[in-house]
Amino acid sequence: MAHRGLAILAAALALSCLVYLVIGVRGNWGFVLALRAERLAALLLVAASVAVATQIFQTVSGNRILTPAIVGFDALYILIQSVLVLAIGGLAAAQLPEIGRFLGETAILALAAVALFAALLRGAAGDVQRMVLAGIVLGVMFRSLTAFVQRLIDPNEFAAVQIASFARFNRIEAGPLWIAMAVGAAALAGAWAMRHRLDVMALGRDHAISLGLDHRRMLMTALVLVALLTATATALVGPLAFFGLLVTSLAHLVLRDHRHAVLMPGAALIAGIVLIAGQTVFERALGLAATLGVVVEFLGGLVFLALLLGRGWR
Amino acid sequence: MIEIRNLSHAEGRTPILHDITLSLPKGGVTAILGPNGAGKSTLLSLMARLRPLQAGSIAYDGMDIAATPTERLARKLAILRQDSTVGSRLTVRDLVGFGRFPHHRGRPGPADRAAVEAALGQFDLAPLAGRFTEELSGGQRQRALVAMAFVQATDYLLLDEPLSGLDMYYARMLMRLLRRLAEEHGRTVVVVLHEINYAAAHADRIVALKDGRVALEGPAAEVFASARLSPIFGMEIPVERWHGRPVALHYT
Amino acid sequence: MPPASLPTAEPRAGRHAALALAGLALLAGASLFVGAAPLSASALLADGEGARMLMLSRLPRTLACLLTGAAMAIAGLVMQMLARNRFVEPSTVGSAQGAALGLLAVTLVWPAAGLAAKMLAASLASLAGTAAFLAMVRRLPVTQPLLVPLAGLAWGAILGAAATFIAWETDLMQFLEIWLNGEFSGVVQGRYEILWLTGIFAAAAYLLADRFTIAGLGRDAAVGLGLRYERVLLLGLLIVAAVTALTVVTVGMIPFVGLVVPNLVRMGAGDNIRAALPLVALAGAGAVLAADLVGRLVIHPFEVPAATVFGVIGAGVFVWLIVTRRGHGA
Repeated sequence: MAHRGLAILAAALALSCLVYLVIGVRGNWGFVLALRAERLAALLLVAASVAVATQIFQTVSGNRILTPAIVGFDALYILIQSVLVLAIGGLAAAQLPEIGRFLGETAILALAAVALFAALLRGAAGDVQRMVLAGIVLGVMFRSLTAFVQRLIDPNEFAAVQIASFARFNRIEAGPLWIAMAVGAAALAGAWAMRHRLDVMALGRDHAISLGLDHRRMLMTALVLVALLTATATALVGPLAFFGLLVTSLAHLVLRDHRHAVLMPGAALIAGIVLIAGQTVFERALGLAATLGVVVEFLGGLVFLALLLGRGWR
Repeated sequence: MIEIRNLSHAEGRTPILHDITLSLPKGGVTAILGPNGAGKSTLLSLMARLRPLQAGSIAYDGMDIAATPTERLARKLAILRQDSTVGSRLTVRDLVGFGRFPHHRGRPGPADRAAVEAALGQFDLAPLAGRFTEELSGGQRQRALVAMAFVQATDYLLLDEPLSGLDMYYARMLMRLLRRLAEEHGRTVVVVLHEINYAAAHADRIVALKDGRVALEGPAAEVFASARLSPIFGMEIPVERWHGRPVALHYT
Repeated sequence: MPPASLPTAEPRAGRHAALALAGLALLAGASLFVGAAPLSASALLADGEGARMLMLSRLPRTLACLLTGAAMAIAGLVMQMLARNRFVEPSTVGSAQGAALGLLAVTLVWPAAGLAAKMLAASLASLAGTAAFLAMVRRLPVTQPLLVPLAGLAWGAILGAAATFIAWETDLMQFLEIWLNGEFSGVVQGRYEILWLTGIFAAAAYLLADRFTIAGLGRDAAVGLGLRYERVLLLGLLIVAAVTALTVVTVGMIPFVGLVVPNLVRMGAGDNIRAALPLVALAGAGAVLAADLVGRLVIHPFEVPAATVFGVIGAGVFVWLIVTRRGHGA
């Protein structure tokens, strides 16, 4: 990796991982390390998925404010899961094979995302603010719908809304881990293969077409990749709200480079550092319950506001 | 040769272009003139496949744009749009470098780099090469975009009002450069112009649009020799000759 | 059951108002007879048990819906005049989240506080949150109307995240959920009457309607017309904050009422606030009551909170407003 900024970030991430693995280990080292290594791998995958999905989405939508989470990709995924449970019942859903269920839900998400957001992104082309606002409110609608459906599934579940609201980094679902890892890794590879074309997409629609990109197909492909990555991250830890916005903004700020060959790994590394170091600090050092997601939300909200007031939306 | 057949286009229910059939010979500079709202920009956008065709066909040297893969078209024709904002934060060198993308698909070789450096020199951009495009003046950015379309090295070059934002010096420089591209490199240039005297001075052919139809078409000398331009713009356009060239005196 | 506290409509809007009133009466009638336990008109006449349920639970619940809906819609309308933007309302600019933060603070610092103290804390915090938003709005260019709701949503999210952090660490998440997700299933006699206070603020909004219309033209125009701009702004803020705090404390926030209802009414009735205000109040009351009814019916005998129902429908209408009303930004 010739890029100096990336090298420094990689070193910082390696250090964070090391601290995460060894801090406060007592008793059976082998057992604890194996357990932590698995969770570390999942966290790293979540970080990379969210960062790359956000970067791709921002490039094809032509602005630095929207993220897949803000327009409700993750809410849509949870909605699909909820509707599935509602349709066939919780017991039957639980008996579906893990792999088939994850792949099926992910495929539905990809279809729904392409149908919904391709229309949104094309319809509001050139009118970034309208698109951003419509996207955000769509996100709100998906979250409300999810809460609605979860009420229908279990009217007595008081915290139904809450389940769908925040990421829990300390309670990673072990079940879908391996299949999600495979899907996530494949999608990341796909994003890497697109890096040069994404550079051209970032110039804007007309420039991209003029330089020989099939803009429509790129948009669809990008949305499918975003759906795959979002499904991966959401299946592992839950919805992530402003996390993606936080890390891509930091990546732009720190790396000051337009190439996706730098931006995507950079954002992924930063996301990894924030997640791993944040998790180490919150869980082990401060002993706080499950609030890293909330803190990220708070910081991400500030970044969002700063981007708006500083005209970063252009 | 550009062949446009039975091209019609509508925005929603508003018709913009009506049944346009045109053939433009290979080589030379063709100027598209016409009053505001005549459909010039729409025509150029359609020719550059920036908008989907609704009715009719467009072909370059027999290459139908509806049937040809877009990456092949990118080596056949380049477009410079009127509103050319750049989405990324790029240096001038990087921006111009993107013009080579259709040829290297993300892996620039020495030949690509050389072409970019040559274009930077040709457009007086070398001193600005390291600056970010958003730090440039409108005219400087326009020049960088023209340079980007130039290094795309296509047979056909479409430009939509490239002179807007350029001062007299660079406007003339650009028009002379387009002429040279046509004469020395055999490229075909189609340019939408606002100021008809640039067409009079530099164009070989004129296509005048009015209300979405071709109102007038022919060699520049013929078009300017006749009094037929006046009704197109709905105003008196006296044409005088000065050193053997037509000059329109429409300022008073 | 006509909503007695609402000001009557002006003659011009009379026909709309009559229609709205008839619809509202129908909804209110339905609301009295829909619920987990069956209650029919004949049963009502037959025994005292039915009448008791009506007076203790159904009537208070119906009234609470009407009052909340009318007040939230009016607060939204006032907020839109103050921010000079159609796409804002108390739950999207930090007013509701501010009220929740204030409630959290008073609950933590002074757990024994009475209702009045809680109300005061919620109102003050809501006022601060809304005022901060308006200060932000002034920094945004007038030519970019859609930036205003965006900034508001972000500001609301920041305050909401702060509230969530505190609530999570202090085990008050359940309360926060109740405050920010309005529902009416818990409303019984003796637990909603404070909502009648919103009637005072609605009346105040009606009296000040012309001033808000002028303030909506912007500071320069307002001062030019001899308006004490800052004072009108403060009065408007007070109304918004008080109504929001009252709602949050009693039944919880209903998102999008203040946004969707005034926009839909103004599409039909125009921008004269004084004429539109009674209609906005009626429509808001009807909309919230309808949402509550849907919530009561959809998984009968269980319930879906009105806020959740409105979140879905309101967001849908909002997206439609944004996408279709091009060029009518502010």
